[in-house]
Amino acid sequence: MTAILEIDRVDVRFQVGNTDVSAVSDVSLQISEGEIFGLVGESGCGKTTLALALIGLLPGTAEVQGAIRFQGRDLVGLPDDQMRGLRGDRISMVFQDPMTSLDPCFAVGDQVAETIRAHRPVDRRTARDRALQLLHDVGIPEAGRRYGDPPHHLSGGMRQRVVIATAVANEPALLLADEPTTALDVTIQSQVLDLLRELRRTHHTTILLITHDLGVVAQLCDRVGVMYAGQLVEVAPVEEIFRAPRHPYTQALLAALPTAAQKRGALRVIEGRVPDLSDPPPGCRFAPRCPHRMTECDRVPPIAAEAPDHLVACWLSEATQAAAGTSAAERSAGRSRGASA
Amino acid sequence: MSATPIAVSVVAPRRFAIDSGRRKTRIGVAILGMLVLIAIFAPLLAPHDPDAIESGRVLRGLGFSHPFGSDALGRDVLSRVIFAFRVSLSVAVGSVVVAFVVGIPLGLVAGYRGGWTDTVIMRPVDMLLALPALLLAIALIAIVGPGSLIALLSISVIYVPILARVIRSSTLVVTSQTFVEGARARGASSRRIAVRHVLPNAIGPTIVQASVLMGFALQIEAALSFLGLGAQPPTPSLGVMLADGRDVLTQAPWVEIFPGLAIAITVLAFNLIGDGLRERLDPRGVTR
Repeated sequence: MTAILEIDRVDVRFQVGNTDVSAVSDVSLQISEGEIFGLVGESGCGKTTLALALIGLLPGTAEVQGAIRFQGRDLVGLPDDQMRGLRGDRISMVFQDPMTSLDPCFAVGDQVAETIRAHRPVDRRTARDRALQLLHDVGIPEAGRRYGDPPHHLSGGMRQRVVIATAVANEPALLLADEPTTALDVTIQSQVLDLLRELRRTHHTTILLITHDLGVVAQLCDRVGVMYAGQLVEVAPVEEIFRAPRHPYTQALLAALPTAAQKRGALRVIEGRVPDLSDPPPGCRFAPRCPHRMTECDRVPPIAAEAPDHLVACWLSEATQAAAGTSAAERSAGRSRGASA
Repeated sequence: MSATPIAVSVVAPRRFAIDSGRRKTRIGVAILGMLVLIAIFAPLLAPHDPDAIESGRVLRGLGFSHPFGSDALGRDVLSRVIFAFRVSLSVAVGSVVVAFVVGIPLGLVAGYRGGWTDTVIMRPVDMLLALPALLLAIALIAIVGPGSLIALLSISVIYVPILARVIRSSTLVVTSQTFVEGARARGASSRRIAVRHVLPNAIGPTIVQASVLMGFALQIEAALSFLGLGAQPPTPSLGVMLADGRDVLTQAPWVEIFPGLAIAITVLAFNLIGDGLRERLDPRGVTR
């Protein structure tokens, strides 16, 4: 499988007043065509920021470094009009809250048609017919009657279907789904996940699913990346993550999942708090909360392959140690930033 | 112990607000509609030529042939009020329309683009806002010369900053909402997002403001004409009539009362519409 998306040492910084907030730090990641990749982590760990960087919707206060190669083309620093041409066409996005991501003054069907007309030279009628078909495809009953409805006449699940219809209107190669089910109840949640799975099957769409819900990951994803405080700490196939997590953060995260056997009221938690991203720990950002903390943790652990498809960024891992060795050697040999992943 | 009483108590105040808003708007629109019809059909409705001077009926009181009496030159007050109303209403509505057409794009662009564009547009607007409205209008007329059209344009100069500020602030609120980001994510162009997504969502408060401003515009027009800066005699305008009537106030109050009433009723109609619309757009009644 070829990589449709290569994220290469991406840094995202925000200038907030006089402080510099490092929201995404040195993230490298490859996503293959047709896979569903889950990006997990707690709120504020940089998942959404990374997604917005991919689609070029970061606010003006953000500064992106590194390279984001989408189908071989670097998106960092791409002129606005070219980026706009990709958005909604080759790359599209589903937002978290379907209650607010549709224009309340606009008929739902027209919002789908708008996406088509923004990228395809089709007339109003054709766009309308196509939008109607899409609404039908995403499972909106009586799509014809629903077409002219404003969003507030639809339930949350229906609205999310409309949002998905707009997102897939031009059959994008990459779909960014930012917590698409968080605002929905469990029944609707599973319907929406089914819809995403179906999309991948029929259109071979690559999906980057951002979530903090490990249950959703287990149901839908092929591979998972775990982020903590802006750093990517572990990447592995979904069974691997659940069976043999390597990074202490991933381990703690999985250990914190409540089980039916657990005593009532006894939720396990990870001690400590997420670091302040305007003044993050110098090395591994999880170090202050990590039970295995050692002196090496003051240096940033490079992410490296422990097994062919299992990457981890932790000084406990021999792969990380080896990668640090080679990149140090490369640096001393006068080469620029070494490729560690 | 059923859920019904609770449901009723939650729904009732909201319904009331909407109903009250709807009623106000309806009454306002009804009055205004009538007034507009009067303005349009003035030549058919006026019993006399508004400019016809008849020495035989100077300052005659209310009567059958002159329901509102006649003025110091023997002109029929009813006919003059009808024609004056026509002039005043056109100036009031026209000034707001002009201000709307100029102010809305300015405020929308400023609020949507932000940054530099915002500064370049809004600083001059703020400077205009700092000047007292009537003085500004008088100053403009002093430069260009009096007349109804000039009065209209001066009033719109006063109103452009007000409308621009209102639309700018609601544009800021709307632009920060997710659906705007959603439209961007779909690849819609900036212009399309501003015009098709932001504007319709941001225009509500501006329409309320505009209907209230029309009432004020009528008053400003009257004030300017009263001062001799607006409509020029013999063109009847409500302000001109007030000025004419001032001299004979004690002997023939009807010359003053009827144009005054016309102003009051029109302003009331505009305010009812504005108020009703505001209540309907903001049914919680948080503001005011």
